[in-house]
Amino acid sequence: MHPAPSVIIFTTLSGLGFGLIFWMGLGYPGVTGLTAFIFFTLAYLLAVGGLIASTFHLGHPERALKAFTQWRTSWLSREGWLSVITLILMAVYGAGLVFLATRWNWLGYIGAALSLATVYATSMIYCQLKTVPRWNHWSTPLMFLTFSVAGGALLAGQPRFALPLLAMAGLVQVYVWIDGDGRLNRSGHTIATATGLGRIGKVRAFEPPHTGTNYLMKEMVHVVGRRHASRLRAIALLAGFGAPIVLLTLPFGHIWAAVAILSHLIGVFASRWLFFAEAEHVVGLYYGKRRAA
Amino acid sequence: MTALPKTTDRKLGLVIDLDTCVGCHACVVSCKGWNTENYGAPLADIDAYGADPVGTFLNRVHSYEVTPVEGPAQTIHFPKSCLHCEDAPCVTVCPTGASYKRSEDGIVLVNESACIGCGLCAWACPYGAREMDGAAKVMKKCTLCIDRIYNENLPEIDRTPACVRTCPSGARHFGDFADPESNVSVLTRERGGMDLMPEQGTKPTNKYLPPRNKDALRSADPAAPVLRPVTDEPRGFLGWLDRALSAMPGGND
Amino acid sequence: MNQPVVNLSPRVSDEIRKTTCYMCACRCGINVHMKEGKVAYIEGNRDHPVNRGVLCAKGSAGIMQINAPSRLRKPLKRVGPRGSGAFEEISWDEALQIATDWLKPIRDESPEKLAFFTGRDQSQSFTSLWAQAYGTPNYAAHGGFCSVNMAAGGIYTMGGAFWEFGQPDWDHTKLFLIFGVAEDHDSNPIKIGIGQIKARGARIVGINPIRSGYNAVADDWYGITPGTDGLLILSLVHVLMKAGKVDLDYLARFTNASCLVNEDPKSPQNGLLLRDENGQPLVIDRRTGKPAPWNGQGVEPDLSATLREKGVTHRPVFHHMAARYLGDDYAPEAVAERTGISADRIRTLAAEIARVAFDEPVELDREWTDFRGKKHRTMLGRPVSMHAMRGISAHSNGFQTARALHMLQILIGAVETPGGMRFKPPYPKPATAHPKPHCKVTPGKPLDGPHLGYVQGPDDLCLTADGNPARIDKAFSWENPMSAHGLMHMVISNAHAGDPYKIDTLFLYMANMAWNSSMNTAGTMQMLTDKDENGDYVIPRIIYSDAYSSEMVAYADLVLPDTTYLERHDCISLLDRPICEADGVADAIRWPVIEPDRDVRGFQSVLCDLGARLALPGFVNDDGSQKYADYADYITNHIRRPGIGPLAGWRMGENGVQHGRGGANAAQLDTYIKNGGFWIEHIPHEAAYFKPWSNEYQAWAVKMGFYDSPQPYIFQLYAEPLRRFQLAAEGEGNRQPPEHLRQRILDTMDPLPIWYAPFEDSRVDTSEFTVHALTQRPMAMYHSWGTQNAWLRQIHGRNPLYVPTKIWEANGFADGDWARVTSAHGAIVVPVAHMAALNENTVWTWNAIGKRKGTWALADDAPEATKGFLLNHLIHELLPPKGDGMRWANSDPVTGQAAWFDLRVKIEKSPPPDEAQPAFAPIKSPVGRGPKNLTWKVGK
Ligand SMILES: Nc1nc2c(c(=O)[nH]1)N[C@H]1C(S)=C(S)[C@@H](COP(=O)(O)OP(=O)(O)OC[C@H]3O[C@@H](n4cnc5c(=O)[nH]c(N)nc54)[C@H](O)[C@@H]3O)O[C@H]1N2
Ligand SMILES: Nc1nc2c(c(=O)[nH]1)N[C@H]1C(S)=C(S)[C@@H](COP(=O)(O)OP(=O)(O)OC[C@H]3O[C@@H](n4cnc5c(=O)[nH]c(N)nc54)[C@H](O)[C@@H]3O)O[C@H]1N2
Ligand code: SF4
Ligand code: SF4
Ligand code: SF4
Ligand code: SF4
Ligand code: SF4
Ligand SMILES: [Mo]
Repeated sequence: MHPAPSVIIFTTLSGLGFGLIFWMGLGYPGVTGLTAFIFFTLAYLLAVGGLIASTFHLGHPERALKAFTQWRTSWLSREGWLSVITLILMAVYGAGLVFLATRWNWLGYIGAALSLATVYATSMIYCQLKTVPRWNHWSTPLMFLTFSVAGGALLAGQPRFALPLLAMAGLVQVYVWIDGDGRLNRSGHTIATATGLGRIGKVRAFEPPHTGTNYLMKEMVHVVGRRHASRLRAIALLAGFGAPIVLLTLPFGHIWAAVAILSHLIGVFASRWLFFAEAEHVVGLYYGKRRAA
Repeated sequence: MTALPKTTDRKLGLVIDLDTCVGCHACVVSCKGWNTENYGAPLADIDAYGADPVGTFLNRVHSYEVTPVEGPAQTIHFPKSCLHCEDAPCVTVCPTGASYKRSEDGIVLVNESACIGCGLCAWACPYGAREMDGAAKVMKKCTLCIDRIYNENLPEIDRTPACVRTCPSGARHFGDFADPESNVSVLTRERGGMDLMPEQGTKPTNKYLPPRNKDALRSADPAAPVLRPVTDEPRGFLGWLDRALSAMPGGND
Repeated sequence: MNQPVVNLSPRVSDEIRKTTCYMCACRCGINVHMKEGKVAYIEGNRDHPVNRGVLCAKGSAGIMQINAPSRLRKPLKRVGPRGSGAFEEISWDEALQIATDWLKPIRDESPEKLAFFTGRDQSQSFTSLWAQAYGTPNYAAHGGFCSVNMAAGGIYTMGGAFWEFGQPDWDHTKLFLIFGVAEDHDSNPIKIGIGQIKARGARIVGINPIRSGYNAVADDWYGITPGTDGLLILSLVHVLMKAGKVDLDYLARFTNASCLVNEDPKSPQNGLLLRDENGQPLVIDRRTGKPAPWNGQGVEPDLSATLREKGVTHRPVFHHMAARYLGDDYAPEAVAERTGISADRIRTLAAEIARVAFDEPVELDREWTDFRGKKHRTMLGRPVSMHAMRGISAHSNGFQTARALHMLQILIGAVETPGGMRFKPPYPKPATAHPKPHCKVTPGKPLDGPHLGYVQGPDDLCLTADGNPARIDKAFSWENPMSAHGLMHMVISNAHAGDPYKIDTLFLYMANMAWNSSMNTAGTMQMLTDKDENGDYVIPRIIYSDAYSSEMVAYADLVLPDTTYLERHDCISLLDRPICEADGVADAIRWPVIEPDRDVRGFQSVLCDLGARLALPGFVNDDGSQKYADYADYITNHIRRPGIGPLAGWRMGENGVQHGRGGANAAQLDTYIKNGGFWIEHIPHEAAYFKPWSNEYQAWAVKMGFYDSPQPYIFQLYAEPLRRFQLAAEGEGNRQPPEHLRQRILDTMDPLPIWYAPFEDSRVDTSEFTVHALTQRPMAMYHSWGTQNAWLRQIHGRNPLYVPTKIWEANGFADGDWARVTSAHGAIVVPVAHMAALNENTVWTWNAIGKRKGTWALADDAPEATKGFLLNHLIHELLPPKGDGMRWANSDPVTGQAAWFDLRVKIEKSPPPDEAQPAFAPIKSPVGRGPKNLTWKVGK
């Protein structure tokens, strides 16, 4: 799939933002007043910034409100509702913390749950797509959720949670890659089933329908070089999880924490780029465009 | 509107005959012409006269090569447009309800004025049947020529999709699959009409008729001549000729 | 949940205007839907005999053609060097004045110094009339580089060929063999036919090195080695004859297989048919055992009886055929290796032909009477049909191969019988009923007759008093005696070489000669720009009419911008190449369904004007005024022969309107328009088959005005005109070929079909140039003129060289690779792609996709110019030298047909260049560039 910056930014930032909100809802860190304000501002900047970024890839952002109508069936619509409800609810909760120095626990827990639900809904936008076998798997929400809570813990300054969660997210990531690589092959979708011609013999795409490119090719058929991919995987793993873990185990310091967060952010960006770029859409079968298995 | 209708009264769709399609792209261009002028925004062409022209097309013709175990490779031309799936994933993913499946005839349509151009429906379609228009920034797809098939301004005989009407070799057929006696149902039955990527569970309405067996003109035993010579003698042919001629009417009669 | 309301019955158009498509030469009927005076949508006309409602990709894309940014806007006068594209727009008055000033003096002195050649012209009966009135012998259209082998092979053999001459009997055929066809002129009809017979379950066999298009849907594919169809066909003939699977009755009655050959070695007529005192070929009448004229009433020709006279036995043609084709040379085993088809597959194909022809005949319950007066109670047919085009035609052995193919059809009795091949009126028409070529020049006067025609022997050649070619293209000379369509591909090269003489003005119409319709394209551009020692262009003046900014435009000194096909009158006439079907005679018009928005004029109308300015007879009235105001006026009022005009429908008779013959009718064009732009009259039921021999058909043909008296004839399996040239080469007669051509004439002009290897094979080292290189037409593109079409160019915007698996693997090619392809003449560097369904020694590409930078209003970095390429750079109009100092044309020795497909190459991997090689400097666009994006919509 085309690794559009808008969706990479959207999923990365809002994942982190809702991760932070999740921890705030649970009361980590248990801050109030200005400190709470700073944490909330950061969380909202990330979450809302991500959501706004997501509208950049819309053909008609001015109609974005229509996206709230189909919550019964559409994960995108649900994600919209969940994020808005979460943000509103947690704004109330945050106001309590900042202005009243009061923590409405039950509200925090609900908000935390809604944060997770939001991230889950985001992941389901991708996970639901049978057309992208790499995504169409329980590990997709798991990955989004572990990334979100691990990153959130990191931002919330909770090394206690962050360390194991980062390690877990790293492991999930490794699993997602290893298992994901074979998923299209295992899915049973081949050029033979795509065309129904397999019963005659070995099928090969001969000519594309047009010599020029088209929306589908640009959007769905993105081919990443192998070397490029392994390099990015290394970056994603080391920067996203390895380095923050090491930094967190070092004696604590704000600078180091900032570096860890930055490193994590870079890693997650790389991971998300790969998430899209390495995802092969079955329509590529019709174009004979498949990365060698 | 992104809920799929439980059932549709009719199931309109196409049968595409892969045995007959010569790959002429006539259906591609008539579709482009009709739909540029009709339903919704025109189908745009970006960089139309430049280095990288990218236009919106609702129907495209691929070609494949199939190599059987025995015999030469075969070329198969393969037109593809929206299959108007019964379980259309493109519909259920749509956040705005712009994508919908009509309950009366099963046609899957995009209501362009509600479309935010998020592209998700195109991601959800396994067949590459949806294209985001480069200028209008809304999702375009085959409408099954909904503005032709019921159009009272057209003579009855022309109330058929543009691509079907134009196909020179008659490889495209339009009809109602809900009616077991319709042309499309009969063809599907008789010629083993198949689904594309059935494992996606989309239950496409459109069916493809597979190519017939090819390259059968070879004898089981190449050593045995299939046509027996009339004679083995060097001058025997003229003798045979005279015999054959005298056996024919029209001589001394 | 409520669904949006969709307008199910939107207004489709304000009005439908019915005219004839010209996105290619197939000439389908179209319904042009208009909204507010603009073209909104084009669809096929269901009533039209050619396309019956369907339309191809090009046809539907007409909107993008008539609105293309590449359309010329005003007459152009060259201001920069030739080839630069620097022009100045001028008025029509100035343009026509220039043309008159150039053409008038040469007409008065030596009219042959004007060479007027028209390319994809559909008004040849008009343009040739103009050229004839002008007085130059140098006129032809594009047939010589196109398919004259097919046309001449058919006409000389059976008085008709494929495309506008004939078609399979789609209603009855059960086995259809298609040789060397990618797209054909009969574009939609063939597709309709294939669809129709497929639905019936008939078998289709494709004989073609490349399995795409029609060959992809064929049930059986014979991936033949290029240039060897003649061998395959003669081998089928061998097997069929040997098994006695031939239609003896048909051969005896309807062909000259029963005619006696003069076998007297001392006779000056040796090898010609024996004739009676009236000059009629003789057969032995089975009733009497005595010689009788072939057409005698009641005669029953004997296929086998011989005639012994003065110690010489004269045998019928059929004996000669047996002697030749039963020989082991043509046994499947003997030809398998060269054709690339196994003996088993040749035999099974022959068996299948025999099975369908003789075990599954079609018999129609219709009575008819043949020209000998014999009544036939039914119409018995052999439901095997065949079709062929340039895969056979565009080889230097194409004429003989075409003849071989027709012989095969005739042997099994499958021409003009139900289920076989049927002629389209005004065919059948034997070669002898066509005019002969004329070349007598008189300064200031018209030519002595039509330029083109069908020679019957050396006497009919177009030679000067000293025996040199009279025409600039050397048509009807000893080099290619039966060049019925001229040799357009030799005009520029001969004019440049001054061989046979120099010319002054080259006047071209609708032919992209500086690019895809030339062999040796770079050389041709050079010839067009070469200057002599005085600094003058070697070809002094070039006038060109095009509608678009093509490559050729840049090489003209004066450009006459034409209208597009929806902006003008045209006439698809029975005098020319009509649109008839086997069941009916038909013709059609185009008319201005829109008005030009530029200062352009229909070329034919311009010729009416120019003809008057030059005071050409037939183009001025007695008082010297212009005779035809425009082409529409000509179409309506021109009388060719009494009662015959350009259009056969709705002519004026004594008792009102009638069809076929009649006087001019002022309302004729309007009536055509009302009728959908065409006219058709169906052939009577009982005249629908056996047309060359059927009294019923002949009477109808006379009534319709095809000829003035019945013209029955028999098929010429044995072609005497060929033998007459051989006789001359043997020293007979006083018109003698030059020495260097004697042997070639003897070898190639055999009166019975033969096969010889394509010429290029004997001129290049076939162990070095092991690979055959071909082109095919894409169904969605028309030569160069499809490229300017924003929709079509997305389908074919570049053209890889398709390489078969064996060569692909041997070179270690991978997707995205490039190759250097070299012929004896030149080299190109081009992108490659893999194709498995391809003859293992053949590479190919799409024709005419590659474009020159700066043309067609495209961006300079358009893929057509950077990745697209022409194979033409590898093909020379002359064969590689063989050390005899002669210029041997790369053409068929009989007809002069350009041998595009004889090409031999070698191929090797190349590092990817920046762009396909050779690359040429950009041309300055006379029309600017196209807009960036298109969102086309005419309505509201
Ligand atoms: N390598 C290779 N070369 C080939 C062939 C091949 O098979 N292989 N095939 C050969 C054959 S058979 C042919 S027929 C030729 C065809 O080659 P051409 O006869 O050159 O055909 P086109 O490229 O269609 O170009 C004809 C010209 O007509 C112009 N034109 C289009 N419409 C109009 C109009 O309405 N009025 C006027 N005045 N001009 C118009 C176009 O702009 C173009 O410049 O190519 C030959 N060249
Ligand atoms: N869409 C479209 N239609 C056209 C045209 C166009 O440009 N576009 N051009 C028109 C013109 S001018 C013409 S002349 C006609 C030509 O129509 P076609 O005769 O169909 O011409 P080509 O496309 O040159 O195809 C030649 C075919 O012959 C095959 N071939 C080559 N060599 C051999 C051989 O030795 N043996 C056999 N058996 N096959 C061989 C090639 O593989 C190819 O399939 O098409 C006309 N129709
Ligand atoms: S129009 Fe018909 S034959 Fe041509 S590509 Fe489309 S389906 Fe195939
Ligand atoms: S083919 Fe694609 S766009 Fe059409 S209904 Fe099925 S899933 Fe939706
Ligand atoms: S692109 Fe339009 S139709 Fe498709 S899912 Fe998004 S809003 Fe719905
Ligand atoms: S049914 Fe209409 S919209 Fe669909 S592919 Fe055919 S022409 Fe295009
Ligand atoms: S075949 Fe196509 S381009 Fe040619 S005349 Fe017919 S519709 Fe027009
Ligand atoms: Mo041609």
